[in-house]
Amino acid sequence: MKKLGLLLSTAMIAALAQAPQAAAQTEIAWWHAMDAELGKKLEEIATGFNESQSEFKIVPSYKGTYPETLTAAIAAFRANEQPAIVQVFEVGTGTMMAAKGAVYPVYQLMADNGEPWDPSGFLAPVTGYYSDVDGNILSMPFNSSTPIMYYNKDVFEKAGLDPETPPKTWAELETMSRQIMESGAAPCGFTSGWITWVQTENLSAIHDQPFGTLDNGFGGLETEFSFNGPVQVKHWDNLKKWADEGLFQYGGPVGGGDAPPKFYAQECAIYMNSSASRAGVINNSKEFEVGFAPLPYYDDVITEPKNSIIGGATLWALNGKDPEVYKGVAQFFTYLSQPEVQAAWHQATGYLPITNAAYDLGQEQGYYEQNPGSDIAIQQITRGTPTANSKGVRFGNLTQARTVVDEEFEAMLAGNKTAQEALDAAVERGNQILRDFQAANQ
Amino acid sequence: MQAKRTVFPNKGLPYLLLVPQLAVTLIFFIWPALQAVKSSFEREDPFGFKTTFVWFENYRRLFIDPLYLSTVSKTAIFAVSVTALSMSLSLILAVAVNRVLRTNRLYTTLLVWPYAVAPVVVGILWWFMFNPTIGIAPYMLRAVGISWNHRVDGVDAMVLIIIAASWKQISYNFLFFVAGLQSVPQSLIEAAAIDGAGPFKRFWTIVFPLLAPTTFFLLIVNINYAMFDTFGIIDATTQGGPAQATNTLVYKVYTDGFIGLNIGSSSAQSVVLMIIVIALTAIQFRYVERRIQY
Repeated sequence: MKKLGLLLSTAMIAALAQAPQAAAQTEIAWWHAMDAELGKKLEEIATGFNESQSEFKIVPSYKGTYPETLTAAIAAFRANEQPAIVQVFEVGTGTMMAAKGAVYPVYQLMADNGEPWDPSGFLAPVTGYYSDVDGNILSMPFNSSTPIMYYNKDVFEKAGLDPETPPKTWAELETMSRQIMESGAAPCGFTSGWITWVQTENLSAIHDQPFGTLDNGFGGLETEFSFNGPVQVKHWDNLKKWADEGLFQYGGPVGGGDAPPKFYAQECAIYMNSSASRAGVINNSKEFEVGFAPLPYYDDVITEPKNSIIGGATLWALNGKDPEVYKGVAQFFTYLSQPEVQAAWHQATGYLPITNAAYDLGQEQGYYEQNPGSDIAIQQITRGTPTANSKGVRFGNLTQARTVVDEEFEAMLAGNKTAQEALDAAVERGNQILRDFQAANQ
Repeated sequence: MQAKRTVFPNKGLPYLLLVPQLAVTLIFFIWPALQAVKSSFEREDPFGFKTTFVWFENYRRLFIDPLYLSTVSKTAIFAVSVTALSMSLSLILAVAVNRVLRTNRLYTTLLVWPYAVAPVVVGILWWFMFNPTIGIAPYMLRAVGISWNHRVDGVDAMVLIIIAASWKQISYNFLFFVAGLQSVPQSLIEAAAIDGAGPFKRFWTIVFPLLAPTTFFLLIVNINYAMFDTFGIIDATTQGGPAQATNTLVYKVYTDGFIGLNIGSSSAQSVVLMIIVIALTAIQFRYVERRIQY
């Protein structure tokens, strides 16, 4: 009996000693959409923060794809079960910005909690993309990428091309693709992920063509799509022509899930996709050497191509939690902005370094020299002076509008529509979606 | 009615016993259905801050939208094809198994297997086999000169989901047909045989008419299945693409509501579907349960 009593009291003391610590730790839910290698890296960041202090605990949970995560967060918000932090992709930015009552703007969050906040430390294209009309950043930049071109150096060599000279223009890309096919080095010239983001939105930005009115939607909800201009039509027309010839292979709608295997299997020699595909490309190209290059452009349209625009996601703080939680969120965001954390994330994933300090740190470490091609993305997104057309795009319900663009692209590939008809239809249907969004948010 | 009538001594007890079932029905079926009816008359932003009552605007927009109307016809093509394909194949299989004397149990077991496979797994399976990049089927089709690409070609995509959905439903139909065939009186068939009717004649004049109740029941069940229960298959194979070529009514409810966050329109579509289900069920009860008799 005595022994048992002693045991019990020891256990109680131990429990009491641990209790205050456990009770004081505030848990902060972080919903995200990063799977596989990216997900692991993200969890390392959370663990790193949790170990750096004992007051807060970030609990990351994977919620599926970007659209699924956004939908889950919105559904949770309606049921008052929302996480404190949610990762929302750039396409959802318009939707989140319009939901004024749901989000806790990050600049305000940082000020309310006395955490340092210096927007000028971020890369200019990133700040531009995520600021509201007054220039305030509403969400915490986390993973931003931009599309680049990957190419198979071995196939280039087999086709009798110089593996160190990737195509710079679309005309060069066409000739090289044809040579690759005709020499039998590979059955297809090129493929692409994200027809919407890479071959339409970025194409417009690089060639300084408007994607929508009112500064691509930055100017207000009355914006209309205008991506059925001559350059976009010419490009889609070419893609159709090249697809018929076999130079280009379509990788499927949305992210284009069939595109990467075509490149990994050495079926297509060139592959355009997010700079964040870098980790995957390197992992899957053990049998051949990969080269990296900026996206091609039409030299008869523009002599000095503009910057490309970003994709990826930011972290939004959602309303309706205790002040204590937001204190932790603010501290976590400060932790995230540290050059060491940013640089490690950027180097492991291929996402852009979000802050200038992280980029400088990478240069000091000699990372870009050791990993040729790893700075293509950042050079491409910071080149030249951004114009209203290359600052980015901001449209409500852009997820739906992108679906429409994918559908019209498929209708064109199937031969049911010409490039002009397909883009006209996409613009018309897209505008209907924009009007719906405007009506629901005014 | 052969069932025994139970008389409860206490009048409250039967109601008490019904409460759990009624509660489940109310909370999980009636309440969400009413919610859908309510939001089908509203326009709302995704987060639910602003709700405007818009009368029949969502319905009006739906029925003037050429894409919605084409979804209706796509669904009809899909439902009719799946029903016809899976029912005819399973009838052939059932008749064949019924003729095999010794190993029919083995065949029955094997043929029922696909029914145990989850719809998403079925979708992935066919998606994998028919994947234009890595699939075995397009590779073999190319050898005989057919270019298969359901990523681009809407007809290919429709064929793909019809095959996948039918494949899964064959087992179910097969089981009912086997049971139906076994209840056909052997004496009638023998009498016909003595009168000189060949196997074909016997099937069409005796077996098939006697199977009518089973066939009619399966017809309704299959249409229901193809229209409402194939979400997983479509989501895992074509996601409604290319260019909405395989977008069925149910899938559109999902894409508009859950991906597009257009809750008003999505609810209106759900209500339309609800009306179709009610109509189909009413037909089943009125005609299948009462009219068709031996």
